[in-house]
Amino acid sequence: MKPVRFDYKRPTTIEEACGLLASDDNARILAGGQSLIPMLSMRLSRPSLLIDIAHIPELTAFVETETHIEIGTMVRQAVAQKSKLVKTHIPLLAKALGHVGHPPTRARGTVGGSVAHADPSAEIALVAATLGAEITYRVDGADEIFDASNFFIGPMLTIAPPTGCLTQLSFAKAPAVCGTGFHEVAPRKSDYALASAAAQINFAAGSGVTSIHLGIGSVGDFPERLDVDQLCGTPLDDAAIADAIHAAMQVVETVEDLHATAAYRKRVATELAIRALRDARDEISKDLNQ
Amino acid sequence: MNDVTLTINGKPVSGVTEPRVTLLDFLRDVAGLKGTHAGCEHGVCGACTVLIDGTAVRSCLMLAVQAEGEDIITIEGIGGSGARAGELGVIQDAFCETHGLQCGYCTPGMILAAEALLSVNTDPTEHEVREAISGNICRCTGYVQIVDAILLAAKRLGQRNDAAPSDANLV
Repeated sequence: MKPVRFDYKRPTTIEEACGLLASDDNARILAGGQSLIPMLSMRLSRPSLLIDIAHIPELTAFVETETHIEIGTMVRQAVAQKSKLVKTHIPLLAKALGHVGHPPTRARGTVGGSVAHADPSAEIALVAATLGAEITYRVDGADEIFDASNFFIGPMLTIAPPTGCLTQLSFAKAPAVCGTGFHEVAPRKSDYALASAAAQINFAAGSGVTSIHLGIGSVGDFPERLDVDQLCGTPLDDAAIADAIHAAMQVVETVEDLHATAAYRKRVATELAIRALRDARDEISKDLNQ
Repeated sequence: MNDVTLTINGKPVSGVTEPRVTLLDFLRDVAGLKGTHAGCEHGVCGACTVLIDGTAVRSCLMLAVQAEGEDIITIEGIGGSGARAGELGVIQDAFCETHGLQCGYCTPGMILAAEALLSVNTDPTEHEVREAISGNICRCTGYVQIVDAILLAAKRLGQRNDAAPSDANLV
């Protein structure tokens, strides 16, 4: 046994969980535990109280509204990966989930936990930031909603309120015609990525490309969106895509560590972003030609 | 200290444990089942893989208190039961035949990962087998014979017609 001593509580309502969180400055929420438990074992995290939210029924809800798919924070990654709702309406998330950890970690790891943990190389956080998902926290009995595209501010750091409990993520449904792409480079299959990129192009009959979402992960301290709006209304040829991404990458700050230099990460992220956006474009062409 | 009651290999087990004890340590030290191996103890190597409700999970990435009420299968629960008690299961047999193990440290985790795959996919491709064991590290074999073993087990499980109902989810 490696972690420090802590208490363990298993609330059954969000209110109870929030109350426990407010009762102890050093309390932490335990969702799937696939990132937190290694941190406990290495004593990088030394909480005095763990609040296990796995037994709060409303946190495992999967809700389809007219415009959005709402995913409860405790929905396991493996469940989301198999979900028809995710496949149909959040195809980019469906693609990214295959890159998240391994089958045994996806069986326990949760969609919300990954976002709250805010690892810079996390695929789900990248997709949320890229698509501008809505992140709902319950704070002092009221819901507070954050835009995922400016929610992450550093490694394992977000603007989430310290006494809040993440309750759900809400993704706008992709239009009937849309293309997506997801690529990452990791030292071995499903390991922490050294660079990753996610892209979604939304298309509407009559008006053409309506929006382009592009984001990169693992390169800086948090997943970041790249602004390539100028590509809307263009034929999206390879040269234009490469130019726009090279220009957008100029302002991206990259970090260096034991595993890869900043220059390497930037170079690889640029290439992956180009491939992801091309994949998205090609999916739309395929759809339209059918 | 917390009371924990769970089902391990079909039998109810209770124990008193600190919340910081992982399921891995509970299985080895409280339940006395040493077949689940402690490798990296932070979720990288897969040696500690067990099944919860038939799904492969890492027992080092779970606290014993989180497993309260869960139905757990360890390597000790994988062999034959009833009249075939004490015999190897089909997957274990296949690992022996194809030389799917050398030092054997990763083997319990590999076999449980294979069991989880074959319980939902009776005819996996080589790619699907590799995906299923992608979280399990073996430093001896180079994986080729492990993949062969799982494909052989899949073939045998698909061909056999003697499966007793009680064995159906344990093989």
